[in-house]
Amino acid sequence: MRVLLVDDEVELVSALAERLSLRGIEADWASTCDDALTKVESKSFDIAVLDVKMPKISGLELKRRLQAKCPLMKFIFVTGHGSEDNFREALRDAGPAYYLVKPLHIETLIHKMNEALKE
Amino acid sequence: MSILARLKPCFWDHGDTGEERYKHLFNFRRIWKLTVVLTTAVALFPVISLAIFDYNVTHDAMESEIVLRTSRLVSNARRTVSFFLTERKAALDFIVNYHSPGELNDSATLAQLLEALQKGFTGFSDLGVIDASGRQRTYVGPFELVGKDYCGQEWFEEVQDRGVYISDVFLGYRQHPHLVIAVKHELEDGSFYVLRATVDTKRFNDLLSGLEVDGGGDAFIVNQQGTIQTPTRWHGKVLEKMSLPVPEYSPKTKVLQCQGVGGESLVVGYAYIAETPFILMIVKHQNLLMKPWYKTRKELFAFSAFSITAVLVVILGVATYLVNMIHDTDEKRVATLHHMEYSERMASIGRLAAGVAHEINNPLAIISEKAGLIHDLFILKQEYAGDQKLIGLVESVQSSVERCGAVTRRLLSFARHMDVDIQPVRFKELIEEVLGFLGKEAEYRGVQVDVEVRDDIPTIKSDRGKLQQIFLNLVNNAFAAMADGGHLEIKVYRRSAESVSVKVRDDGCGIPEVDLKRIFEPFFSTKKQKGGTGLGLSITYGLVRELGGDIRVASAVGKGTSFTVTLPIEAKQTKRSDR
Repeated sequence: MRVLLVDDEVELVSALAERLSLRGIEADWASTCDDALTKVESKSFDIAVLDVKMPKISGLELKRRLQAKCPLMKFIFVTGHGSEDNFREALRDAGPAYYLVKPLHIETLIHKMNEALKE
Repeated sequence: MSILARLKPCFWDHGDTGEERYKHLFNFRRIWKLTVVLTTAVALFPVISLAIFDYNVTHDAMESEIVLRTSRLVSNARRTVSFFLTERKAALDFIVNYHSPGELNDSATLAQLLEALQKGFTGFSDLGVIDASGRQRTYVGPFELVGKDYCGQEWFEEVQDRGVYISDVFLGYRQHPHLVIAVKHELEDGSFYVLRATVDTKRFNDLLSGLEVDGGGDAFIVNQQGTIQTPTRWHGKVLEKMSLPVPEYSPKTKVLQCQGVGGESLVVGYAYIAETPFILMIVKHQNLLMKPWYKTRKELFAFSAFSITAVLVVILGVATYLVNMIHDTDEKRVATLHHMEYSERMASIGRLAAGVAHEINNPLAIISEKAGLIHDLFILKQEYAGDQKLIGLVESVQSSVERCGAVTRRLLSFARHMDVDIQPVRFKELIEEVLGFLGKEAEYRGVQVDVEVRDDIPTIKSDRGKLQQIFLNLVNNAFAAMADGGHLEIKVYRRSAESVSVKVRDDGCGIPEVDLKRIFEPFFSTKKQKGGTGLGLSITYGLVRELGGDIRVASAVGKGTSFTVTLPIEAKQTKRSDR
């Protein structure tokens, strides 16, 4: 399983990537959208974990762009905010509701990713 | 409870419980009093004035009518009596003028004349001639009076002086009342003689008793000493003193009011009959005369009383109804104002909570990941493994982060639900969320909380935020009412096909029955000294109603209180007025 983690908090996303790696999951991370889009071009990922709220481009917009490049990619949303609108859109957009609220629980994240991939 | 207390409108005892800008706009009791007094005055003044005016006018008209009628009757009767006497006097005048003294001295001629008089005029019973010396010269009649000397007698003096004399009534021949009429005829030689006749007063009496006197009245004649001359029904026997005082002389007919022997009010009409000693009296009973007036008066009083009562009832009813409406409306206004402010406050608290939670959440997530990483390294990497103490420390950091995460999640969820939204709500989650806020307090105070959510409870469609507020308020109240170590029970059960009930029951101090009716009123608080606003339950009530539900309370002092909130499974979407 190859995972791309995208969040504007470098400290968070790098630690998370390392933790997943420790568990034998191939994880890469990006802290901006551009970074994420470049990463996708050079390497293929099965699943992307996106922060809903990021500077410049929202997680949902990023998802659309990534999906255009890799149609088979699965997505999981993560949010640190309780904003209703984002949740709603995320729910509607993501199809099956794969979203998690920070702080994340690593086992839950892995579980969700496995579920998403099974579909 | 007395009837008066039950009739008392709700604004009557309304103390102004609001403060500063939540004050009521009106003083209801004053408005009510002012309205009632003003409208009563304006409405009743004309009614009462008219009634009094009409009373006086009718009364005066009635009295003057009585006086007028009596006066007319007296005048007519006087004319009749006067005519009767004048007629007889004129007959005697005719006789003395037409016959010479010689003819009149002849008993046979006199007897013929008496017979003619008896035929032509009724009532003559004898006839006699008296010469200037006062001696009876001739006489025809039932007595033997020839030769009788009248010289020096009062009547003889009077007839000499005035030329005519009419006597009082006396009991004469066969005990019949009679009166005497005498006329003087002067001769050319300066001497004179007197023709004297006795007249039976029966005809006289018939005249008077034939009068139609109303008001239980009586028409009779008295002489100037008050001796009754003709029969009377009420005022004594003939030739006895009359029971009434003799009225003072008046040349005209007069009507006056006086008291009878028994104290009854009498209307007395009288007239002095000229050239006679007689006074004609007509006496009526005022009570009987005024009978029609009493009836009219009764009707007037009844009508006035009815009008006044009707006006008062209408005024009181309308004023009370209107002031009650103003009161209710103002009450709603104040409550809405409060509700708005409360909601606004809740919303800003929500926004603040959301802001804080979000700001904290990101660093918290980093701490969580870093600690997680350290933990992972200890567990998974050989070079770090083995130090159980460090693993323990990191685990402790992780569990603390987990706790913080729970708090921020709850805050975020609370803030999120400040927005109006009908969404599926599961009671189990909802109640856990609410209890989450009070979990620590329950733990410290040793309050046992039992939650029972039946399996058949469906997911309802309602406003999560409002439901949270409702149950948070109820649970908060229950906590406030309970002593440490109390027992709180929350039970969710199916009420009907369309509704679900939630019962929040505590074993706290309970609510007295007097207060029970008022606990949902805005500003009603028994905890004012402890900072209660008296709004919690009124807002709870408002929220339940907004969701189309119903809230009931049952309580026993010392045993506890239970609130039952019944909610429809599908709430109607209602717009929040304050947004």
